[in-house]
Amino acid sequence: MGDIAVPHGLAEAYEPSLFGTYSKKIGMWLFLLSDSLTFGALLFAYSYGRISNPQWPTPFHKESILNATVMTGCLLSSSLTMVLAVLAARRGDRSWTRNWILFTMLFGTAFVLLHALEWSKLIAQGMTPFKNPWAATVPQFGGTFFTLTGMHMLHVTIGVIYLGVVALRKKWLPTLLLLWLVAWWLTSPDNVFHIGVHVLLLGVVVSGMVLFLKPKDYDAHDVEIAGLYWHFVDLVWMFIFPLVYLMSTRVTG
Amino acid sequence: MTTVAAQHDESKAQYFWVWAVLLLLTAVEVVLAYRQVFQPVEMLEALMTLSVIKSALIIGYFMHLKYEVRPMKWVLMTAVIACLCFMCIFFADAFRIVELGVR
Repeated sequence: MGDIAVPHGLAEAYEPSLFGTYSKKIGMWLFLLSDSLTFGALLFAYSYGRISNPQWPTPFHKESILNATVMTGCLLSSSLTMVLAVLAARRGDRSWTRNWILFTMLFGTAFVLLHALEWSKLIAQGMTPFKNPWAATVPQFGGTFFTLTGMHMLHVTIGVIYLGVVALRKKWLPTLLLLWLVAWWLTSPDNVFHIGVHVLLLGVVVSGMVLFLKPKDYDAHDVEIAGLYWHFVDLVWMFIFPLVYLMSTRVTG
Repeated sequence: MTTVAAQHDESKAQYFWVWAVLLLLTAVEVVLAYRQVFQPVEMLEALMTLSVIKSALIIGYFMHLKYEVRPMKWVLMTAVIACLCFMCIFFADAFRIVELGVR
């Protein structure tokens, strides 16, 4: 069921899809398939180093594990609210679709904020992509950690922006612009996120182009496709959490 | 907003159950890791097994792959199978380095 309506009488001329669903959904699944291989490569790079280096740092003490567990809870709960949004959209309940998506965005934002807090603490301890204060012989720890978790954080941020477009449409643009300004103003110039928050500005530009160049009323199919993307982000974290955090737990800390 | 009828039986309750099981499995992972119940290699195996179960629940129920047609399931599972094959190659090689050293 694409965007272009097939004229009456022509629908029978097309064979039914091999995959038994509409093309936009197949497109999103294929994108997720390629993205899973990207994340797979990053996960293997980190895990290979973790297993093959007995001196691999274990900086994640009780507070970090608790923080990462709460982040996991946020993402799992966001997946529940997202699937409830899909159900509401199928019923044609516009109000609850928007509400559940907003809850999903709230959980996603909480995840990003907690993750940014975790990054800031590690950076304050002297960790960079090229060195870490715990094991001088394992410089790749910072590089693999920041690349993997940074890529995931970027996906979550893009997911929140995407859901905002689906739920609020043009009303989302001033909100996102305000979020960018507040985030930029609140982070000090020496903080890595002072530059990183410009992703939100880029989000305003891209969302604006989508909303103004192709204005449409997002339907249940669009909500379902956005949901697929969001669940994938959750799915990837189900591997990052044990491989990165739980395999590098510092019990005595 | 267009109303789209689901082609299968769906209840909110089943999603709450899946969510609860996912939270429970996460708690089990944290306890296993924090109490250092297993040695690193066994710990990796245990955590990966739990992660595969969790991802199967997310893909099957939340992403509705359970309700898709067979060709769709097979095409999408190729990526998962490829990732698992890579995991078997890379992790085994990493263990080799620990035991035999870099040559």
